[in-house]
Amino acid sequence: MRKTEIPVSENLGRGHLACAGCGAAVGMRLTLKALGEKTVMVFPASCWSIIPGFWPYSSLRIPVVHAGFVTGGSTASGVRAALDIRGDHEALVAVWAGDGGTFDIGIQALSGAAERNEDFIYICNDNEGYMNTGTQRSSATPLFAWTTTTPVTRPNENPKKDMMAIMADHHIPYAATATIAYPEDLLRKMEKAKRIRGTRFIHLLSPCPPGWRIPSERTIQVSRLAVRCRVFPLYEIENGISYTIQEQSRAVPVKEYLKLQGRFSHLTDQEIDRIQERVDDEWQHLLRKARC
Amino acid sequence: MRRVITGNQAVAYGVILSRVDVISAYPITPQTTIVEELSELIGSGRLNTRFLKVESEHSAMAALIGASTGGVRCFTATSSQGLAYMHEMLHWASGARLPIVLVNVNRALAPPWNIWSDQSDSLSQRDTGWIQLYCENNQEVLDTILQAYRIAEAVRLPVMVVLDAYVLSHTSEPVEIPTMEEADSFLPPYRPEHPLHTGQPEAFSMIATPEHFMEFRYKMQKAMEQVPAIAKTVDEEFRSRFGRGYGSIERYGEGEAEVLLITSGTVTSTSRIVIQRLMERGVSVAGIKVKRFRPFPSEEIYEEIRGAKKVAVIDRNLSAGVGGIFAQELRASLYSKEERPQVFGFVSGLGGRDITPELIEEAIRCTIEHHRPEEEILWLGLKR
Ligand SMILES: Cc1ncc(C[n+]2csc(CCOP(=O)(O)OP(=O)(O)O)c2C)c(N)n1
Ligand code: SF4
Ligand SMILES: [Mg+2]
Repeated sequence: MRKTEIPVSENLGRGHLACAGCGAAVGMRLTLKALGEKTVMVFPASCWSIIPGFWPYSSLRIPVVHAGFVTGGSTASGVRAALDIRGDHEALVAVWAGDGGTFDIGIQALSGAAERNEDFIYICNDNEGYMNTGTQRSSATPLFAWTTTTPVTRPNENPKKDMMAIMADHHIPYAATATIAYPEDLLRKMEKAKRIRGTRFIHLLSPCPPGWRIPSERTIQVSRLAVRCRVFPLYEIENGISYTIQEQSRAVPVKEYLKLQGRFSHLTDQEIDRIQERVDDEWQHLLRKARC
Repeated sequence: MRRVITGNQAVAYGVILSRVDVISAYPITPQTTIVEELSELIGSGRLNTRFLKVESEHSAMAALIGASTGGVRCFTATSSQGLAYMHEMLHWASGARLPIVLVNVNRALAPPWNIWSDQSDSLSQRDTGWIQLYCENNQEVLDTILQAYRIAEAVRLPVMVVLDAYVLSHTSEPVEIPTMEEADSFLPPYRPEHPLHTGQPEAFSMIATPEHFMEFRYKMQKAMEQVPAIAKTVDEEFRSRFGRGYGSIERYGEGEAEVLLITSGTVTSTSRIVIQRLMERGVSVAGIKVKRFRPFPSEEIYEEIRGAKKVAVIDRNLSAGVGGIFAQELRASLYSKEERPQVFGFVSGLGGRDITPELIEEAIRCTIEHHRPEEEILWLGLKR
């Protein structure tokens, strides 16, 4: 067995308000270990507007700027500009936004910032829905999933938006996927992102027990299966063109991933087959991109 | 240095002289020449300023919120649709107590599309917690920007400086431009109370429960209440240095007039001439220019109008369902007073229609001839 090397520093303190088993809390803890103390984090509205705690308490041991839902890309651009003008080039600016704040309402501000190649790390904490407002559908919600706005009588009709491809097409220096079941991979990518200048994008998949209808002790297992079933492959894109895929082992059938989650419990076998086909197609598509 | 410049150029000079650190803006007619001028000046190396060319007005204000939280001096300019698009972030800037200065070139809101002067854009943002200062000429525009930063940074509230589309924005007038040294001696560098620092784990704009939220708003109101005194000091200091001052309001014309005319922006310049002519013909009339709309200078106006029988207000704006917004604010401010002159609320010049000397005279005559207004809204220059 290989010994893992995860920094002992803790910048997420006790007393935060995330649900039991919240994947995003684990994701934040790991992320801050990699990014370190000299980080300013911008939080557009999401579960993370609440999780750090209510005024006057904060469980985060770094300076934090809460921001409007739409404004991850834009607020961070301003914070960066101010720090640069003050000569603080050492400080790292990071954004922690939800999938709603990234794929949907904040995509314009993010696209603008990425196109200008603003110098910050943008972390999209993807829990595949608007969780802070009670699990409504976002454009990151997977095909056929239940949410409160896509009931089982009419589950989500559209496949998940390919946010990584959109970011790659902005030709930003670095984009990567990560998830909490692979902490070394997550840390390595955060650390790599930290060394690069310009807009860096991390797509972080974080299972959400209440929203995904999973028991709180299954978070890591679901995160791992997302990768092993190739629903959420781990890969990096440099300068929008150079792809590196981390795991190439034989895939587990997607059914193994779906059956653990209450949000998919209504699926018919045909629907599961259609999801499997899509996953296979997308994997082939990714392999083609990685090969050329 | 005296130069003949447009209102928008006066804005650019004001920004340069204020040594703004971060500008973030998005183009919209008739604001565009401000950002063009500033881009030129930054491009030629005459300005050490970061200009974020963002993809929308919403992002422009959000970027400044980030930068101002980061502890530097910030500026943006917009008009009409752009200001409306910023609305959410206007509340954010004031709620976060950030001393951002925004220039709004008054323009009508669509539809119908219309790029001409109309104050409905800035006045419909009256509840966003921004100080609002309206300008009459290009000199005042430049001077007001320098004053705006002093006021904003003293009370930690954002300031909107407002000028009329075209009549000022694109019209050239002689303007006295202070030197950098003179401006520096009036406006010191920005020293934020709580600048963002790594190693100092503070949370900005975080969530506050019902147990605490109200006190945040109470403090904001208290800051607003400090504005009249601080603005007065700033204006007096400005006058002593530069020989020009504006007050929150300005009264002109006859001392003990029976009728008073209240205006803002460039309509005031036309009114000055009309009132002068009428006085020469023996009409008992005077004018009041309202420069500061937020916080509304209720006491200052009351002191000037308490003896008068009737007040005419010309509003180049409309709050549909109510009428002119200056008239509405004035009526509200008079309600608790002993002496309450009749308020004649005229609405005129919407979407850039000229408010001519004839129309202004018509408003004054109507006010003189009637004991009380016949209608809640008196439409001036309307084609019926
Ligand atoms: C302009 C605006 N619209 C709507 C909201 C309400 N809102 C706050 S958080 C949120 C959901 C956020 O979803 P996501 O970005 O996926 O983050 P999550 O809560 O799932 O972590 C919504 C809809 C808001 N704050 N601002
Ligand atoms: S709703 Fe989901 S994402 Fe939000 S705190 Fe709870 S587990 Fe975490
Ligand atoms: Mg979400």
